[in-house]
Amino acid sequence: MAHELPYIAAIDEAIRLEMERDDTVLYFGQNMATTENEPYVDAFGKDRVRVTPISETAEIGMAIGAALSGFRPVVELYMAEFMLVAMDQVLNEAPRFRSMSGGQVKVPLVLKAGYGFAAGWAGQHTGTISALFMGVPGLKVVVPSTAADAKGLMATAIRDDNPVVYLHHYLLTLEHGEVPDGEYLVPFGEAAIRREGGDVTIVATGWTVDRALGAAERLAEEGIQAEVIDPRTLAPLDTHTILESVAKTGRLVLVDQATRHASASTVIAGEVAEHGFSSLKAPIVQVTSLDATVPYSEPLEAFVLPNEDKIVAAAQQVLGAAPVSA
Amino acid sequence: MASKPLDGEQALRLLATMWRIRLFEEEAGALKRADEVYGLVHLSVGQEAVAAGVCSQLRDDDAVYSGHRAHGHAIAKGAALARVLAELMGRDGGLCRGLGGSMHLVDVEHGFMGATGVVGGNIPVALGSALAARLRGDDSVAVVFFGDGAVQAGHFNETVNLATLWRLPLLFVCENNGFAEFTPRSAHTNVERVSDVVAPYELERTTVDGNDVGAVRDAFGRFLAAARAGEGPFLLECLTHRLRGHYEGDPGAYREALSAADRQEQDPILRFQRHGVAAGFFTADEAAAIEVEAAQEVAEAVRFARESPFPPASLVLEMVYADA
Repeated sequence: MAHELPYIAAIDEAIRLEMERDDTVLYFGQNMATTENEPYVDAFGKDRVRVTPISETAEIGMAIGAALSGFRPVVELYMAEFMLVAMDQVLNEAPRFRSMSGGQVKVPLVLKAGYGFAAGWAGQHTGTISALFMGVPGLKVVVPSTAADAKGLMATAIRDDNPVVYLHHYLLTLEHGEVPDGEYLVPFGEAAIRREGGDVTIVATGWTVDRALGAAERLAEEGIQAEVIDPRTLAPLDTHTILESVAKTGRLVLVDQATRHASASTVIAGEVAEHGFSSLKAPIVQVTSLDATVPYSEPLEAFVLPNEDKIVAAAQQVLGAAPVSA
Repeated sequence: MASKPLDGEQALRLLATMWRIRLFEEEAGALKRADEVYGLVHLSVGQEAVAAGVCSQLRDDDAVYSGHRAHGHAIAKGAALARVLAELMGRDGGLCRGLGGSMHLVDVEHGFMGATGVVGGNIPVALGSALAARLRGDDSVAVVFFGDGAVQAGHFNETVNLATLWRLPLLFVCENNGFAEFTPRSAHTNVERVSDVVAPYELERTTVDGNDVGAVRDAFGRFLAAARAGEGPFLLECLTHRLRGHYEGDPGAYREALSAADRQEQDPILRFQRHGVAAGFFTADEAAAIEVEAAQEVAEAVRFARESPFPPASLVLEMVYADA
């Protein structure tokens, strides 16, 4: 059985279910337990649900210490960029403890943060910095694009014994979707094939998955069948499913809201170039954000981001049908 | 409730811990110069009284964190000399199987939860262990050692704020040796005493002579008893002196070497031996025997570390993620 929920509520449902299931799950962050999250306090008490000061380093460091001591903290960070003030904790403490200790410890925690808020939030709240985390051994990185995945990937993240950066896309916040009832887990490292097709493979994550599906509809009108793949997790990355698709289509378009040189798409391009080169019938084309700080002005913001037109043009280019414009 | 007054047996234990650290560090320095220790090492020669005075009162279920100068803290908390030395030599028999090295020692069995190579980087991690102790509802505590250089960083202040706000059983132990790496404290801040930095938070604190192991033990013991009883946090500032460089090989041009007389006065082990004999805790012969025993243990550690193989290459990728 399933029910319909907005993406953001699906995440909440997973956290609530996991907190009910496991007393060691903690939830803390700024502005928690004041207004919108009071139901958590009612349900789980102020020991497990804590409001923190604006101290990202202490919040994340504390989560690491609690995780080392047998708890499973979920840290509500609101904006992915807020993790940047705590880079040491995110990149150099949490993911390194297990390796550096020779396997004596584990660090099960979830850093929950929104990203990609391209809605006039401008330079410091709009970035897609997911690839920054996927390159750090020891971290796992989750980028759900549907309400069902938002729930299932959060439940898996909380049960995972490693630090997980859970990035929910702000432009999907109120997007509704069918969500399975009760316990629902989506495994890490298994891409979803959102649409099947034999002519061109399009890989997209987060908010760009729907843009890619829209582009695929338009391409279908021209008789081009696009296969749309959503990796769902960037670390671990399911390169196997992407390579299988490329073996079938021979053509690859990579869509990523990140800036080009700090995108997951460049990593995927490298993997396919190395392991799938003989399948390729045309050079890979990447549709990323331009290498620029996201501008405030609405038409300029749209200018730097991937969109359906750019994806359609890229697909046409790899099929030899038209030059790409961006 | 404070710790029990020092008696002969405890005094000998403190002396033994300090000698074990001292002779271990001197051997580690020698092995570094001989290229048998691979990477960067920071020795705590001269600061043994803080490690011994604090850790002698802790249990295995108390979580201890430290910084880059961590050998002494790990040893005082119970880590075997042989396994610490094997770690410094990158061997499979090391505490962390050779994956962590000098700056990242971890010995979970003894509650030594970890050193960090980033100054102050794990001060907030210790806060998490203190929160865990509170949530478990037992009387264990978390202790974090750091130098005066960490105090000017934001993470220290964030942690003090939350620890005091939530009254967590976290014991901050600052080893104030007057130098942040190569720079005197006066070049970093106008606040001379670390205990003054935290005054606005109403964090109960005290400053002691960190080269006096008895003073460290007494002050920490009072704080520890209170923290176990549900009070806390506390800050203990130990004024001490690093007798060697910031790292092994440091030319040390930024400061004057101690005179022989000053060294006699400040060396925490020589001081405690004079005091212990005068106070009747032990005889000079007993103290000398303790030193010999420590030297034998260090020699045995060298044998163990040299015989321990390098870890298998397969270990590297096995350790990246915990099994789900």
